[in-house]
Amino acid sequence: MDMRVKPLLLFIVIFAAQKLLRLGLLLMAVAVFTFVLLSFSPIDPVKAYIGADMMQISPEQQVLIAERWGLDQPIGERFLDWLGQLVQGNLGTSLVFNQPVSEVIASRFQASLQMLAIAWLFSGLLGLALGITAGALQGRWPDRLIRFYAYTLASAPTFWVALLLLIIFAVSFKIAPVCCAAPPGVLSQNVTFWQRLHHLLLPAAALSIIGIANITLHTRQKLIDVLHSDYVLFARAQGESLWNIVRYHGFRNILLPAITLQFASLSELFGGSVLVEQVFAYPGLGEATVQAALRSDIPLLVGIVFFSALFVYTGNTLADLAYPVIDPRIRLGDSLT
Amino acid sequence: MLSISNLGVTFTQYNQGLRRKQLTVITDLDLDVQSGEVVAVVGASGSGKSLLAHALLGILPKNAAISGTMRFQGEMLTPKRCQSLRGKAIALIPQSVGYLDPLMKVGAQVQRVAQLTGCSKAEAKTGVDRTFTRYDLPMNVRDRYPFQLSGGMARRVLVSTAVVTKAQLVIADEPTPGLHPDVVKETLSHLRELATEGRGVILITHDIEAALQIADRVAVFYAGTTVEIAAARDFHSGNLRHPYTQALWRSLPQNEFMPVPGNQPSPEQLPTGCLFSDRCPWVSEICDAERPQLRKVREGWVRCVHAKG
Amino acid sequence: MTLIAPTRPDSPPLKQQNNRRQQTLTAIAIGGIFLLAIIVSPWILGDSGLGTMLPERNQPPSWGHPFGTDWLGRDMLRRSLHGLSLSLRVGLLAASVSALIGTGLGLVAGTVGGWVDAVIIWVIDVFFSLPHLVLLILIAFAVGGGTKGVIIAVALTHWTSLARVIRAEALQVSSADYVQLSRRLGKPSLWIARHHMVPHIVPQLLVGLILLFPHAILHEAALSFIGIGLSPHLPAIGIILAESMRHLSTGYWWLGVMPGLLLLLSVKAFDWLGENVRSLLDPKTSQG
Repeated sequence: MDMRVKPLLLFIVIFAAQKLLRLGLLLMAVAVFTFVLLSFSPIDPVKAYIGADMMQISPEQQVLIAERWGLDQPIGERFLDWLGQLVQGNLGTSLVFNQPVSEVIASRFQASLQMLAIAWLFSGLLGLALGITAGALQGRWPDRLIRFYAYTLASAPTFWVALLLLIIFAVSFKIAPVCCAAPPGVLSQNVTFWQRLHHLLLPAAALSIIGIANITLHTRQKLIDVLHSDYVLFARAQGESLWNIVRYHGFRNILLPAITLQFASLSELFGGSVLVEQVFAYPGLGEATVQAALRSDIPLLVGIVFFSALFVYTGNTLADLAYPVIDPRIRLGDSLT
Repeated sequence: MLSISNLGVTFTQYNQGLRRKQLTVITDLDLDVQSGEVVAVVGASGSGKSLLAHALLGILPKNAAISGTMRFQGEMLTPKRCQSLRGKAIALIPQSVGYLDPLMKVGAQVQRVAQLTGCSKAEAKTGVDRTFTRYDLPMNVRDRYPFQLSGGMARRVLVSTAVVTKAQLVIADEPTPGLHPDVVKETLSHLRELATEGRGVILITHDIEAALQIADRVAVFYAGTTVEIAAARDFHSGNLRHPYTQALWRSLPQNEFMPVPGNQPSPEQLPTGCLFSDRCPWVSEICDAERPQLRKVREGWVRCVHAKG
Repeated sequence: MTLIAPTRPDSPPLKQQNNRRQQTLTAIAIGGIFLLAIIVSPWILGDSGLGTMLPERNQPPSWGHPFGTDWLGRDMLRRSLHGLSLSLRVGLLAASVSALIGTGLGLVAGTVGGWVDAVIIWVIDVFFSLPHLVLLILIAFAVGGGTKGVIIAVALTHWTSLARVIRAEALQVSSADYVQLSRRLGKPSLWIARHHMVPHIVPQLLVGLILLFPHAILHEAALSFIGIGLSPHLPAIGIILAESMRHLSTGYWWLGVMPGLLLLLSVKAFDWLGENVRSLLDPKTSQG
């Protein structure tokens, strides 16, 4: 099969254009949704902005602020105004952190990213291994054990699992720090790599333990489907043993759905990080989300909503890309003899 | 080489409300195959043809229970023996490329089959080369995925999977439907060749015409039972013994083209007597009383009390 | 003639034939009673044991206090039951509303079709494009937080999966031969809906609803835990767990472990209930 470069290039351009268009539509929808939600909300943006200083500001000044923000304009105009700001990349200033929202998100996400990456890889690999074991031994005791473990984890509240890890490893055994991303009192530029990793591991472990359940159960089901397929029936008719069936046919055929699922799990991972960071007081994006909501930091909350949509969309797009890369039926689909 | 008598297969299922039920899909199936001969197994879908193949290979689903006896080369075919024989002494030619791993290259799959018979990797490779040359498959076919094969090529690849094994008994499950007439002819001639080389071939099909082109004998299945085993020439000479076989023969386009009226009984409501009684023109009281035994009539076998010698 | 092949899989005697049905029904009964007991427990137990009892404070689990006592000497088992009952009720209410939304939109999408279907599918896609927890936080925050915030947030975000299932079921039923036939026979749409749609969709709805509960309850607990949900004056299970965070470093592990265990058990009970009801109504998924 000769790789024809031109169609491939065309394919990539069309794919990218499609994805960007969809992303634009999606962000637009998120913008409308968020705007409608917040403009009908009982929260007064001016009050939320001023916060504790409310007593020192006269009603006239409040009206002035409202005017400057265009709050006296009709709703349609306000939306267009706001949208215009967003399109220019101006997400506003975070009230809690007193920094531009984009900067807050960038620095906070950097802190979260390492944790997310460790949890993502770990839960993916371990989930795959457990799922294959359980699926191949369907109905036997390892399968029952793994399933029990996965179902129990799926029912366990994320924050409670994090809490348990904290009690066991940080409070009882004292082998992990109780909180934060660095030892207290150390300036951020002086934190060593090991200190950072030390503070990262427990939250990452909590996050991956939660993620494993989903991937294990899906992989198990997918492997069971594969084991009931015609081609596995034929492999059995050829005298292939169970483990070789898993090795030659199972692994090949569950890899694609597993990778897809793994990328699609970014959404849950993000949600989980909000809770885990809250438990470990880890200063990442998840913790910032809670701060923004608790302290009525609307610009930051909206910024995070957009960012999380982008994050999830990236995951889904990567999952879509995995198909043509891995599956020869799609990659070579048009070269039928 | 192979003899099967009174084979029965029963499935255990659960329906709504989790009520248990037993489905007997094969009752009293008999068949024998000698080396060097092609035995066609014909019957409508649901007559138990494919299940017979699965039972021989020991690959029935877990909720199936087997009764009766199967002997291969004089010895009882136990599940354990099935396991050690399949892929080595008994090989299956599947229905379609759907039975090949969609994500594995064809050459690698056929080579894997050869390796499973106990060859080394190098021997398996030459085995594949030889087989592919024998069936005029170009070398680059080995690097294709199953979905990239044309109909005729796919058939030859599937036959190759049995040929690389040197199995004495080859079971071809529905190898012809939906194929171009030339490809059908080619596939059938490949099967005949296998028998000429001294193997026993079971050709499972619902296409009597195709079966008669190469078969030495024909076993007719109906609702999971063998109603007749006749020589291929008996069809043309009008020497058929069972009313169902006769009706099947008449239903062919070149004959009277008359469909057999009625339907096969469902495994949920099998009649207590002869399974064909509700469609039989010869039916009488004896037929409803008990299931007829397979008996020898005019050099063939038939399961009907009314068939005359 | 030899008859039985050497290893014939055992077929259980008649007495055990409906074994699985009985097991399933028993499982449903046990799960249901357990959850009902938790929900009504505050009315049975009353307010005893919830008052401040300083001499008995910070006691680890014992026979007298299976869950131990907190820093004010309150019995943690009773507090947990009160909190869990509240959380379950909030979760049940929100999940039921969500199920109504999901069924309504799913049916409309599946039967009306066309652009209505396209819009509903798109809305579902948009909902799936945000992390669930972020969506919950946003909605709970926007409607002003508190109990109302949690109920609205949970109700508005849990309908999507059920809507998909119901839509698929409605599409499948309405394209089925017997429905097409009824239509050609001139049966009114309402008759078709009553006789063909309802019998297929009700089991799906029931299973979907029960399986919605654990999600709703877990999300309610999560929102309360981070402080956006129920107010601290209503000791929901999430609040109890959040409070326990402050006492963890002092070694009072039972404050966090025991209430969480109870929450885990009740979520598992819902899952168990749902799975068993599903296998009773739809044995295809549990063919053995």
